[in-house]
Amino acid sequence: MDDLDRAIVDHLQTGFPVCERPFLEAARALGTTEDDLIARIDRLLRAGTLTRFGPLFQVERMGGAFTLAAMSVPVAEFEYTAAAVNALPEVAHNYAREHALNMWFVLATESAEATADAIDRIETRTGLPVLTFPKEREFFVGLDLKSIAPADGEKRPAEAAPVAG
Amino acid sequence: MSDAVLDREIVRRLSGGLPLTPQPYDVVAHAIGVAPDVVRTRVAAMLRDGRIRRIGAVPNHFALGWRANGMTVWDVDDTRVDELGARVGALPDVTHCYRRPRRLPQWRYNLFAMLHGRDRDEVARKMAGIARVLGEAARAHDVLYSTRILKKAGLRLAAD
Repeated sequence: MDDLDRAIVDHLQTGFPVCERPFLEAARALGTTEDDLIARIDRLLRAGTLTRFGPLFQVERMGGAFTLAAMSVPVAEFEYTAAAVNALPEVAHNYAREHALNMWFVLATESAEATADAIDRIETRTGLPVLTFPKEREFFVGLDLKSIAPADGEKRPAEAAPVAG
Repeated sequence: MSDAVLDREIVRRLSGGLPLTPQPYDVVAHAIGVAPDVVRTRVAAMLRDGRIRRIGAVPNHFALGWRANGMTVWDVDDTRVDELGARVGALPDVTHCYRRPRRLPQWRYNLFAMLHGRDRDEVARKMAGIARVLGEAARAHDVLYSTRILKKAGLRLAAD
């Protein structure tokens, strides 16, 4: 990642235009060309620096739900179970964590019934019980994590990457 | 096509991401079979009413140098968790903060606050900041560090 890549990652986390030529408009703000911006976003996605580029949907506002869920998976069954869980399109993300409950995933569904159905399918396929932790109250959903260069150990994250434009 | 049907079709086609092409909204409009500006109009409407939180880049925080990701969890007095949760959520280090149900006997924690750091020491320092806010109202706490991203895809809608 060079400085422009970092500026793209940081700047475009906060928003992207809705207009006929949005990459052109964003490229001007970042001091580059439309073609270069498109090529760089493509490269950042392929490299895994970006996991997605596009709209973030609030499924709750569309009648759906995000539900956090967790399982305690025996180490020997971990890879098999991860593949079985990830195979469901309703699983939006899934993280391995250090705890007796060692697999934590988020279900994004269009209805409460679809959430219950997905949980049933996971329990059937894996033979393991799923604990669900639906959010009862949201206190804060944060903004963005700025890119930090690992070598810049003394910088505070908020100062780590200046945004161009 | 009604707005509801159109919007669902737009959500479905954009759930994998925005096409990386100079006129991405117009490309989707063409694919759906509506006039070029219709998708732009509907996406703008969904941004205004909150169905789209934002449009942009979703980074892999590991790749950005945030090596330590800790989900901190707290067992907080039920009579105080809403007041204290708001204060924890307001801390600059906390990126997400939610109240969630306990699942006894396996799980006693009702407040979840996500922290990121360059290393686990940084997360531990930030966690001490949360502990100061919660004081004696927190009866127990833990931190669950992520060791691997197994999947990160976002919302997917099934095709009709």
